[in-house]
Amino acid sequence: MASPQPFALTASAIAAQVRAQDASAVEICEFYVKRTAAHAQTLNTHLFFDADDVKAQARAIDQRVRSGETLPLAGVPVVVKDNISTKGVPTTCGSKILAGFRPPYDAHVVERLRAAGAVIFAKANCDEFAMGSSNENSAYGVVKNPWNINCVPGGSSGGSAAAVAADLAPIALGSDTGGSIRQPAALCGVAGLKPTYGRVSRYGLVAYGSSLDQIGPMARTVQDIALVTDVISGHDGRDSTSSKLAATELASALKPGESVRGLKIGLVREFFGEGMDQATRAAVTAAIETYKSLGAVVEELSLPALKYSIAAYYILATAEASANLARFDGVRYGHRHQEPGMSLKSMYRKSRSAGFGREVKQRIMLGTFALSSGYYDAYYAKANRARQTIANDFARAFQQVDLLVSPTSPTVAFKIGEKSQDPLAMYLADICTIAANLAGLPGISIPCGADPQGLPIGLQLMAPQFAEEKLLKGAYAYEQASQWHQRHPSL
Amino acid sequence: MSKPASGTSGTQASDSVLARYEPVIGLEVHCQLKTASKLFCGCSTKFGALPNHHTCPVCLGMPGVLPVLNAQVVDYAVRMALAIGAQVAEVSVFARKQYFYPDLPKGYQITQYDLPYCSGGGVRLSSGKFVNMTRIHIEEDAGKNVHADSASFVDLNRAGIPLIEIVSQPELASPDEAADYLKRLRSLVRALDISDGNLEEGSFRCDANVSIRPIGQKTLGTRCEIKNLNSFRNIEKAIGYEILRQADVLDNGGAIKQQTLQFDAGTGRTSAMRSKEDSHDYRYFPDPDLGPLRISKERVAVIRAALPELPEAMAERFKREHGLNDYDAALLTSDRDLAHYYEKTLKLVGAKVQPKIVANWITSEFLREVNTREWNLAAPPLTAEHLAELLRLIGDETISGKIAKTVFETMVSEGGAPAEIVKAKGLVQVSDTGAIIAVIDKVLDASPKQVADYLGGAEKLIGFFVGAVMKESGGKMNPGLVNKVLKERLEARKK
Repeated sequence: MASPQPFALTASAIAAQVRAQDASAVEICEFYVKRTAAHAQTLNTHLFFDADDVKAQARAIDQRVRSGETLPLAGVPVVVKDNISTKGVPTTCGSKILAGFRPPYDAHVVERLRAAGAVIFAKANCDEFAMGSSNENSAYGVVKNPWNINCVPGGSSGGSAAAVAADLAPIALGSDTGGSIRQPAALCGVAGLKPTYGRVSRYGLVAYGSSLDQIGPMARTVQDIALVTDVISGHDGRDSTSSKLAATELASALKPGESVRGLKIGLVREFFGEGMDQATRAAVTAAIETYKSLGAVVEELSLPALKYSIAAYYILATAEASANLARFDGVRYGHRHQEPGMSLKSMYRKSRSAGFGREVKQRIMLGTFALSSGYYDAYYAKANRARQTIANDFARAFQQVDLLVSPTSPTVAFKIGEKSQDPLAMYLADICTIAANLAGLPGISIPCGADPQGLPIGLQLMAPQFAEEKLLKGAYAYEQASQWHQRHPSL
Repeated sequence: MSKPASGTSGTQASDSVLARYEPVIGLEVHCQLKTASKLFCGCSTKFGALPNHHTCPVCLGMPGVLPVLNAQVVDYAVRMALAIGAQVAEVSVFARKQYFYPDLPKGYQITQYDLPYCSGGGVRLSSGKFVNMTRIHIEEDAGKNVHADSASFVDLNRAGIPLIEIVSQPELASPDEAADYLKRLRSLVRALDISDGNLEEGSFRCDANVSIRPIGQKTLGTRCEIKNLNSFRNIEKAIGYEILRQADVLDNGGAIKQQTLQFDAGTGRTSAMRSKEDSHDYRYFPDPDLGPLRISKERVAVIRAALPELPEAMAERFKREHGLNDYDAALLTSDRDLAHYYEKTLKLVGAKVQPKIVANWITSEFLREVNTREWNLAAPPLTAEHLAELLRLIGDETISGKIAKTVFETMVSEGGAPAEIVKAKGLVQVSDTGAIIAVIDKVLDASPKQVADYLGGAEKLIGFFVGAVMKESGGKMNPGLVNKVLKERLEARKK
């Protein structure tokens, strides 16, 4: 295990130092700019990075601090997944069809981060339009796992996870439609939260599966996850699915040493099935033992409807995606095929054929099929019923227990290319995470072990809707009792 | 019924067609609601801006943007539902209708599909026939493609403008009924103040579904849909032509092909746009960016309480309270602004002038000028105040009805207040008996033969004397007084 290094600062510590003017935002950023210059290219984590812009932002933040503003994320560099809109800054979603596209507006979360004094540090590589579990679907090349550059970082927020794991930034934003924050967090050994659906505004998140998508933070510690979640969550009038329920303060709710005695944790039998590797099973079992030793009560339970989750997910997500991605037509922005005398139809066909990658096309076709006349009831409508059944199963489970526990991913990071020709095997990578999206539940992945080669293993906790506080308290208790979050890959 | 364009082969006289076939017509009307901002974003809905000036990331369909429903649209839509006595669904759903076209930025239109907010209700035609409605739903408009010689351009000012689509049952039986139905709808949306109902600017557009069947046949014939009819005249012409075209096909042993048609106002003909085979599969599904549309009973009650008086009720009131006839009442209430004009004038004329007189002046003199001079009824150059003043002058016998028409003409052509015109031109009616006697005596002195004949029993000659007196006085003498005094002066000569 690589020893903790002095540079491994948390966002909480950085913000405190910058606020106290013990360190300047400029100094903090210079450090991360150097790390980025040294490693981002090798890892292929970044799709856009402009050191001058970073320094300009940092200077402005120092100015705000000096003028007396109290900024919760003062000087904290945040890497933003490239499917989140940043004004004037390229936002490609890892796709050729949006090469060079600079949005005219900031996503809600980016506005919130800027207002909180964060530095929008870089745009992170990801699977094209967030469709993938390995980052191999990025049009700009695969991201390498900092723990082993022959392995994938997971996906789709692979660039975000790898950037935090490699200390290229203390915080990254990802998006999670079926596990895209939690699974790469697990495979890269960092923490990642998918908040409750509706907790964080989706305004400015380029939609994949609109009823499933949720933006969330990735960080080294649960405390940092809480800090960033506090900044980005809350009602936004521009997103009709954004909840009006007041967001509770998470960062201040986490108290070191607070006991989890009596906390009821449910172990979902279906998440410990076939296809799980030995090291993962051992690490998750050990983590459960840790909870028991902390006084939590662990009981096994079954959610039979989970067997429908992958099928339901790949119908609903792709159906929504097939409509969401229709706007990439070459008419107003993005790639347009040019050819003299070309018909409109052929402009559409050629622009989209050249602009979209293989996986995206596959999912558009799947979704188009599921919504086609004569198939709607058999696929889309049925998948929606399955979704409801799954949500009901969770609701029943949460009458018995406070949190649910499972591995985040059935396996550790796999080799680049290992599963890319086998879509079904790839889809199974999300088997433990997808259900939280279908039911709209919050879920977090935190580091809980490593395989013999040192590849990280993640523990997933899930809670009822809007019970982020309970969820983070549970995760925090484990984090304090373990050291897995203090490991850094040697680069 | 309209005749088909000349030269259409094999078409027969319309009466003979209608003797054999029954037309079945249903209309789909797209009505633009006059909210200040668009359906799902804050952009202005004003007509006539430079291309793409009323756009934002949302209505441009930029990546990552989301729709937020304009609550005013729902209130307006509910007003319409209540006005036609329809049911407002407590829960309805916005769906995505998917197709590719450059004027459709998202690649789908947000509309309502299997769960619209409104169903049922209906509209009564001037004939008294009741036409049932299938549904009304809320949807967003598309933009506009503009084609030039070497390129096409897209203007998205209209993209996202709120519409309601009003779908009738196929219960209209003639082009006349279709036009009447549309006029009723239009006056309704204007009375409700939810739409301009402007056909030329496209805020009121109509698609017509037309089929015919042999008289007596129960099952419906194959229908064709005529798209984008943009004037009452074109609607009548297009449907009329289409009925004859279909009859012609059937008469020649052919079968009607289900297709979408366009109407060429120049030639007066319909022609195929696309057939059923290349109809789209729109792949509707509920829009996940918008939750179900919930309209509470309380909200409906509030809207119902604030509903303005509707044309039909208003016409009834005019008949009941003002003693107007059916024709005047229907005509005055056919347009919200016209009805307001009438009521305002009536209020200003005072008790001496009968409502019937006010109605007559407006439906004849005033409307003639409105039509020939294309006045805007909302703000006509001849104000209700001036018309009322004119009618008051008749009421208090300052001028005669005949003189009033002259004054009216001056008001129209030169403007100005009627009292001043009357004064300036010396048109005040003479009601001074002494002055009248003087003129009458002069006329009688000049016509001894006619006086003798009259006194000998030829009483019709009274008209001759009245005419002569009016001529002598330049029409200014009070006609009632002239009649009375004239008879007295004639009787006096008997002795």
